[in-house]
This record gives sequence, structure tokens and C-alpha cells, in this order.
Amino acid sequence: MSRLTPCFEALRNSGRKAVIPYIVAGDPTVATTVPMLHSLVAAGANVLELGVPFSDPMSEGPVIQRGHERALDNDVSLSQVLDMVAEFRQEDQTTPVVIMGYANPVERMGYADFAAACAAAGVDGLITVDLPPEEVGPLNVELQKVAIDNIFLISPTTPAPRISTITANASGFIYYVAVKGVTGAGHLDSSDVSMHLDLIRAETTLPVCVGFGIKDAESATAVGAMADGVVVGSALIDTMAGALEAGGSLNDGVNKAVALLGSIRTGIDNM
Amino acid sequence: MTEMISPDVFASVPDPDGRFGPYGGKFVAETLMSALADLELVYRDLSCDPDFQKEFDSDLAHYVGRPSPLYEASRMSDAIGGARIFLKREDLNHTGAHKVNNTIGQALLAKHMGKKRIIAETGAGQHGVASATVAARLGLECHVFMGAEDIKRQALNVYRMKLLGAEVIPVTSGSKTLKDAMNEALRDWVTYVDNTFYIIGTVAGPHPYPMLVRDFQSVIGREARRQSLAMTGKLPDALVACVGGGSNAIGLFHPFLGDEKVAMYGVEAGGHGVETGQHAAPLSAGTPGVLHGNRTYLMQDKNGQIMETHSVSAGLDYPGVGPEHSWLKDIGRVNYVAANDDEALTAFHHWTRTEGIMPALETAHALAYAEKLAADMTPDQHIIVNLSGRGDKDILTVAAIEGIEV
Repeated sequence: MSRLTPCFEALRNSGRKAVIPYIVAGDPTVATTVPMLHSLVAAGANVLELGVPFSDPMSEGPVIQRGHERALDNDVSLSQVLDMVAEFRQEDQTTPVVIMGYANPVERMGYADFAAACAAAGVDGLITVDLPPEEVGPLNVELQKVAIDNIFLISPTTPAPRISTITANASGFIYYVAVKGVTGAGHLDSSDVSMHLDLIRAETTLPVCVGFGIKDAESATAVGAMADGVVVGSALIDTMAGALEAGGSLNDGVNKAVALLGSIRTGIDNM
Repeated sequence: MTEMISPDVFASVPDPDGRFGPYGGKFVAETLMSALADLELVYRDLSCDPDFQKEFDSDLAHYVGRPSPLYEASRMSDAIGGARIFLKREDLNHTGAHKVNNTIGQALLAKHMGKKRIIAETGAGQHGVASATVAARLGLECHVFMGAEDIKRQALNVYRMKLLGAEVIPVTSGSKTLKDAMNEALRDWVTYVDNTFYIIGTVAGPHPYPMLVRDFQSVIGREARRQSLAMTGKLPDALVACVGGGSNAIGLFHPFLGDEKVAMYGVEAGGHGVETGQHAAPLSAGTPGVLHGNRTYLMQDKNGQIMETHSVSAGLDYPGVGPEHSWLKDIGRVNYVAANDDEALTAFHHWTRTEGIMPALETAHALAYAEKLAADMTPDQHIIVNLSGRGDKDILTVAAIEGIEV
């Protein structure tokens, strides 16, 4: 069992919601990533989502695309991302880490080698945007051998009968994509989210977290009232990149993003 | 060639999951899965509906101008002194390239699905022009994503699209070429999936696109087969076509795949030379991976990042290739070779001067290889080259390379 299941059980028992930040590994620099993960935990993150940079991030909006580009300018590879997780694990053995990315770097490494490297580094779960259940079989076999959760996206366009196909392949948690579109886009519709969460919960007891379109404490609180957790990505990266573009130091950029995460934590805890 | 392959094999792909052997599939974000399933259902129904086929054939005849001629390039064949070279004149289609065969077909699907907005990606601009054209004809809103680099290289086609009423959206991410235009089109589709039909311009992308684009383009090979029999009394000894994504090549090759005596050559863009790494020849020098919804040969680095490509022709400047080509390579049915920038430019001039036919720079890659191939064959043999597009769009590029101000 990965760290995800006990983490969500503990949250559920204490009536709390998971706050899940997403950052791109190696953005803006390789050196900031692991310290930033620790800071995010200190600010109230329960699960960490670490993006694996890819040359063609097809589901990302402009903010996260630029994060991928900055990380690739720093030559960050999938194996380096796993090294960062291993480094994070030296000081933190409890916070679940999920890596999120695209299929090709994983294909290139090879499924068996990838699964083994994830296990060795202390990864708990994987989200691969372009590996739907139809394509995931051979990778899932390898992940199950090392007890790493495979987390799937369900979207507003997922037909109800398909939800059970997805939940049958999933473990850890379900990631509900609250808006049609790329990351960081649009405004989420709470009643639509609520309806879909009901459909998903009819099929699975896995925790359901919601992402895409969560920008601040207010939108996080609205979703947190319905979901088991919220994922915040673009808003953090935009805050960090904005501070750097305004001439701020690396510390300044990281601190502002961590502060935003902290405000989301406070908002959700006080709802 | 490997051992004999049963002709039935070629009719059996893709399988119901969209696979050509290990290639193809549906590697996309969940948001698009139901749109692909809808498209697949609609296409399965319409492709065996005689009324739909009649509508498609009628448009090809009266709007596109099919059948396109098969022309014997006598002067060039005499000059080479080897095999006789015939050209399948897709350049004479409305809009000047083979691309329109597919956009007509997909626009009919869009119409049947009630989609009012179409999007397309384009490299050289031929597919963008063909999409803007069918959108104008059907009164659909059209948005074309094009790499900022390609917009510079293909100013004439950009203006043509605008005249046709399309919005051309410059893509400034990544290498600013065709692959990035496709990323951006996929992002748009995810966002406006309810009312939008994505007209993919080549035999790549997620299932069912490689299958349906192949089916629409196969009119090229079906005609060429009949025309060859009528003109020469036999099938050709060899087929030659350029391969970027590979739609003109699969269109010519597919109806001949079961004819084991017909040799086939897909010509990739060798750029500055395959050995330099600056090229767009994934079948010649790439490795399998996943990009844009399918598993196929790609140009990628050791970490699985997609590499920037180089070709003098914007339409071949793509790091992937249609999954059926990857399969045809592995089973040995088609030979994939490369022609570099210089060879293509030489062929561009040579054919323009010798036959009075100015080919697109993409097509010039196929012609360059066909000249070499013909020279090693005999005058009783014949080759069909897919003359996939006309070269008017490229004259500014050629002039710039040669330092000539137009």
C-alpha cells in the first residue's frame, strides 16, 4: 500500500480535506524544487503533485506550459525528477508524492524500469495525462508489482457508463477535472462538479479530489465542501513566475506561492 | 522485403482499438475520449452508408475535380533512361494538393455531427487552406493553428486562409512548427469539445483519425491503380511518395498493399542529412514512442523529450509519422528512405524545367528519390510518384534560399 490510502483515511477521520499543490520539477530551478516541497508541506499540503517536464504538454494552459519550458531549459529529465523525490524522502517519509506527466518519457524509460525507479525513490502515485484506461494495462501491471497507485482523471465529458471502467483501473484517489479545457483555464461550475462527484461516488469508495480551475481560497473552499481534496497548480506557478518576472528573488517567488497555498489551507479548514 | 504477407492483413488494420500492430491507439486526455468515441461511431455508420459515399464521391468529382490525371513524364523518363515515371497529379486538385480529399471527407462528418466550428493544424498551410476552403463552402467557423515559424515561411497560404474567412492563430510555444500547432489544436479541442470538430490533416493523431484519413485519401491509390492498368496494361513496379505525417503516401500505397510485386518507397525529409541529426525522418532515424494520441516512430532524445526537426519544407517538418507507416516499416512492406534539402531543391528545379510542373517542396523529396530509383530500373518498368502538391506556395522560400528578391 502506498502512503495515499492511510493519508486520506486520516484526513477523513479528522474531518479534513486534502490540499494538493502541483509544481513542475525543476521550475524555476533544480535547487528550489525539494526545499519548496518541504515548505508546501509546512504550509499545509497533504499530498504533493510533482510535474514531470515534457516538450509537448498537450493538456496544459500557458502558465504550466511555461513551467515545463523553464524546467526543460534546466535539462530536467524523468530520472532527475525521481532523484528529487528520493532527496525529499530523506527528510519526509510520510507525505505522499504523486508524479504527474505524459506518457512518452515513461515509455522511453520502459515500464518495468520506471516502476522500479519510482518505488526506489519513494513515489506513491502516478498521473499520466495521456494514458487512459484503454492504454494503461501493461504499465498498471508493473505499478501494481511495486504498490504504486495509478490515479486517473475523470472529466465533465466522461459518460456515466465509462466512470466504472476508469474506477476499476484506479487506486489512491480519483482526480476529477472540474473544467473542460487546459490547466488554469475557465471557471468551475459548482453544481456541475457536485453532480459529477455524485456519479463518481456511486461507483467507487476511493477519495475524489478536484483540480483545474481552483485559483484561491474561495474557489478551493467551494470545491472542498464537496470533494475529498483540491489540487492547485496554475495559481501557484503563476504567483511564483509573476514574482520572478517582477524582479523578485527565487526565495520571494517560492515564498509567495507557498503563502497562497497556506491561505487555501486556512480557507478550507475554516469553511 | 520480408516473407509474403497475406493481403488480408492490410484490410484488418487498425483493430477495434485503433492499433496497427503495436502502433496507433488513443493516447489522449480523458476529456477527449468521448469525443473520439462519438466520432468513431459516426464514422463506422457513415462509411458503410451508400448515401454518404455518394455525397463524398460527388464532392470529389465536382468540387475537387477528381479523378486527378496520371501523367507520363516522358521527357524526364527519357533523360534518366531507366524506368518510365508517371505522376499522380494531386497538384491539380482544387486548392492545389492532396489535402482536400481528406478535408472534404471530415467536413462531411462534421456536418453530419452538427458541429458548427472546425479547427485544424497546419504546417505548410495546405491543410489549413483546404480546411478553410471546406469551411467557407459549408458556412462553418474555422480556426487554423499554425506555428509562428511556418507563418513566416508560408505567407501566401496564410493570406489565402484569411481570404477564405478563417482565423489563423500563431503558435509560439516549443519549436513554433507543425507539432506545436497540433498541441495547440488539441488544447483548443479539449476546451470547446462540445461544438468543435477537429479536422486532423494527416494519418496521425488518436484513433480513429489515422484510419479515416487513410480511407479518405485512398481515392488516390484506387484511381492510380485503374489508370495504370488502362494506360500500361499492368500495375506499376514501384510507388514513391513523400512522408511527413504520411497522408499522401498512405493514400497512394494503401490500395496496392496486397499487390506484393508493387514495391513502395516512402521518402522522408533528410534535412541537412540524416547523419547530422538535423532532419525530420523518424522512420529512418527515430525510435517508437507516444505523441499526439498515438504510438509511433518519433524523433526523441534519450529522456523521451521530442526533438526539434529540420526540413526546408514546412509540411514535412514533423517529429512523428502516422502509426500505419510505423507498422508498414516494421513488417517490411514499405521501404522508408530520405532525401535531404539540397536534393529536394535540385529536383524542384529539375522537374520545373524538364516537365513544366512546379512541385511543392514536400513533393520534391519524392521526385528526388524517384529519379535515383528510376535510373536503377529498366524502361519496361514503371514508377508512379504521388505529385502531392503544387509548388506555388514555395516560390518565396526557394527565392530566399537562392538569394533572389522577388
